[in-house]
Amino acid sequence: MKYTLIAWMRDKPGVLSRVSGMMRRRNFNIDSLQVGHTESPGISRMTFVVDGNERMVDQVIKQLRKLVDVTRVEDISEQPIVAREMALIRVSTNADNRSEIVQMVNIYRGEIVDVAMDSMIVQIVGAQDRVDSLIDLLSNFGISEMVRTGPVAMARGRTERTARRSSAVWRAQANGRDATATERFKTGGV
Amino acid sequence: MPKKNGNQPDRAPETPVPMKGGQMIWEAMVREGVRVVYGHPGGAILPAYDLLSPYEKEGKIHHVLVRHEQCAAHMADGWARATGEVGVCVATSGPGATNLITGLATAQMDSVPIVAVTGQVPTNLLGTDAFQESDVVGVSAPVCKHNYLVTDVADLPLILKEAFHIAREGRPGVVLIDICKDVQNATGEFRYDFEIDLPGFEPWPNVDMDIVRTAAELINKAERPLVLSGHGVQLARMGRELLELVERAEIPVVTTLLGTGNIPESHPLSLGMGGMHGEAYANRAVQACDVLIAMGMRFDDRITGRLDSFAKQAKIIHFELDRAEVGKNVVPDVPVIGDLAETLPAMLPMIEERRHQIWLQELKEWETDSAQTDIINYEVDELIPPYVIRQLWHSTSNASSEPAIIVTDVGQHQMWECQYFTHDQPGQLLTSGGLGTMGFALPAAIGAQMAFPDRLVWAVAGDGGFQMTLQELAVIKQEGNLPIKIAIINNGFLGMVRQWQQLFYEKRYTGTPVWSPDFVQLAAAYQIPALHVTKPEEVVPAFEKAHATPGPFLIDFRVKEEVNVYPMVAPGAAVDQLIRRPKPAVMQGYSGVQPSW
Repeated sequence: MKYTLIAWMRDKPGVLSRVSGMMRRRNFNIDSLQVGHTESPGISRMTFVVDGNERMVDQVIKQLRKLVDVTRVEDISEQPIVAREMALIRVSTNADNRSEIVQMVNIYRGEIVDVAMDSMIVQIVGAQDRVDSLIDLLSNFGISEMVRTGPVAMARGRTERTARRSSAVWRAQANGRDATATERFKTGGV
Repeated sequence: MPKKNGNQPDRAPETPVPMKGGQMIWEAMVREGVRVVYGHPGGAILPAYDLLSPYEKEGKIHHVLVRHEQCAAHMADGWARATGEVGVCVATSGPGATNLITGLATAQMDSVPIVAVTGQVPTNLLGTDAFQESDVVGVSAPVCKHNYLVTDVADLPLILKEAFHIAREGRPGVVLIDICKDVQNATGEFRYDFEIDLPGFEPWPNVDMDIVRTAAELINKAERPLVLSGHGVQLARMGRELLELVERAEIPVVTTLLGTGNIPESHPLSLGMGGMHGEAYANRAVQACDVLIAMGMRFDDRITGRLDSFAKQAKIIHFELDRAEVGKNVVPDVPVIGDLAETLPAMLPMIEERRHQIWLQELKEWETDSAQTDIINYEVDELIPPYVIRQLWHSTSNASSEPAIIVTDVGQHQMWECQYFTHDQPGQLLTSGGLGTMGFALPAAIGAQMAFPDRLVWAVAGDGGFQMTLQELAVIKQEGNLPIKIAIINNGFLGMVRQWQQLFYEKRYTGTPVWSPDFVQLAAAYQIPALHVTKPEEVVPAFEKAHATPGPFLIDFRVKEEVNVYPMVAPGAAVDQLIRRPKPAVMQGYSGVQPSW
């Protein structure tokens, strides 16, 4: 299963290499990793997509939290979230298929950001499956170059920060009961 | 109990004084109570060394010149293990710093607090592959709790304070500070009354009393409880409370390698060490208990054996400070996260007085199946290592009122020490458990001896491991004839590797026979008195001579070559699948009476 984690960290030199070094050393599989600034100066935010089982993700979270520069980690895999990624795709074109491509891109609410005689660059922002599906379509025309980010993600509809709540707790609450002490400590506890 | 807060917010703010970066290092160390640093100078750390001299002259800091930087880390490690304080080592850039790594990794794996200071090339040369430049922060990061590269003198005082704070607080570990040469020369403002503000550093997690209660209830209900106790009990200084717990509820105790002596090993409830070379009954107890109370230990593969058959029948309670250790190897039923010095005393009043007669009776029967008494009950006609270690125990018990500190290297002699030496106090055995670093004994013993000049310190090493760091014999002399006693268990092999080759590689002894110099002549070159011992009857007089001789002493025990450590759990096997000593046992001529040793 794929898990989406968010980590906040002090924007110190080398923090990215600390995080990626720890992931490599512990033999964790990262599908994607995005870093960027946040609303608080000096704090960066990383969105990870990790492939693994629950025990592995539990370890990823705990090992991340052990890094001194990492201030907070959240597992938002089981919450309603908004996750978006972006891709730039250079598609080979000719006079015959150009308008067809434009139509498709419009359906996907993408944008044509550059046009040349024999190619154009398509920009798409959206959930992973939407990006996948447009890439799939465009590949019929020949993709000569592509770059794609991993997702950045945010939980929906909550203003209060509920940091350090384990997925076991979310599941318990989803089932309409309070989490047991064991569950609360499962991924690090409160 | 460790200090939970290094800050002193009530004091008037300290007036900053102008100071060179190099001096700030030593000033901060004085504030942290550091008395001894182990190091080796070089180009990139020279400005700091130059500014050390007033501190040495005033007797505030004593610098010990090591012969190899690895040993600077091991000495700081030995100091830290013996005292519980932060050990400090210093090295120059490039090779100096990379030489430290083995020592730092050793300390980090065993949760030993160390602050390492390394020089770095000047900031304008960073990244240019300058002379003696290496990416020390990058190289050391995987073996450190945290590390820093200092490129601005203005950051240095806070970094120094944070480094000691991080190394000491919570689960102890290694912090490295890499300081550019120009930063050491630059003048900045020094003050040390910072509030530590590390939002991502959570050394002492909050204790959930619900879970402590759950643990107590489970222990109260248990019919066959067992404590598996590790290094964490010593780090939290909870030996007495552990004893109170197990005596009140009558719970037998198995320890890990680093947990030896958590309760006195002569105590009837002690089953000694478990795991790969633990007694059969200790591992059998782990596989038969109904509640396993793991305390301050991390379920290392050497203690658990094959994980999917480890204590499957038991409910597991895991007392642990480091959250990441909970569920890493073994998923507990009741995870008690927090400082053991908080959780254990909080749980004690909830523990009922219990007796577990049937369980203890069963254990008593199992205890007759012992690899140790098996060999102790034979008279000796050859010099075998277990006999030497047993005599070491007798002899040190007689020689000194305070228990001796034994510092071992890694390998067969290390396991024999655990098996045949009876540790009645926590911290009596200092050994590299997690990383298993050969060459650890001599330098770590130097650190421990300097921490406790009046205590009897024995370095026990094999002929292989001793030759990895024997150059540090010079430090014994340079530091004023430190009274360290050294026992070399000399069997002409890298014994443990040879044992594996014998058992798993059909006796193909590739790369394991060891040629050694005459250790007595070698000691003589270092002006250290020494003896050869080749016969069993020479062992006791040799120990007596060593104890009677002031200053250092070295004994080269030329023991029987191919003796194995038994019992043994093969790597990857379940802990109750043992390789036992083949009969007849190693010794000849069973006398039928309990021998004097």
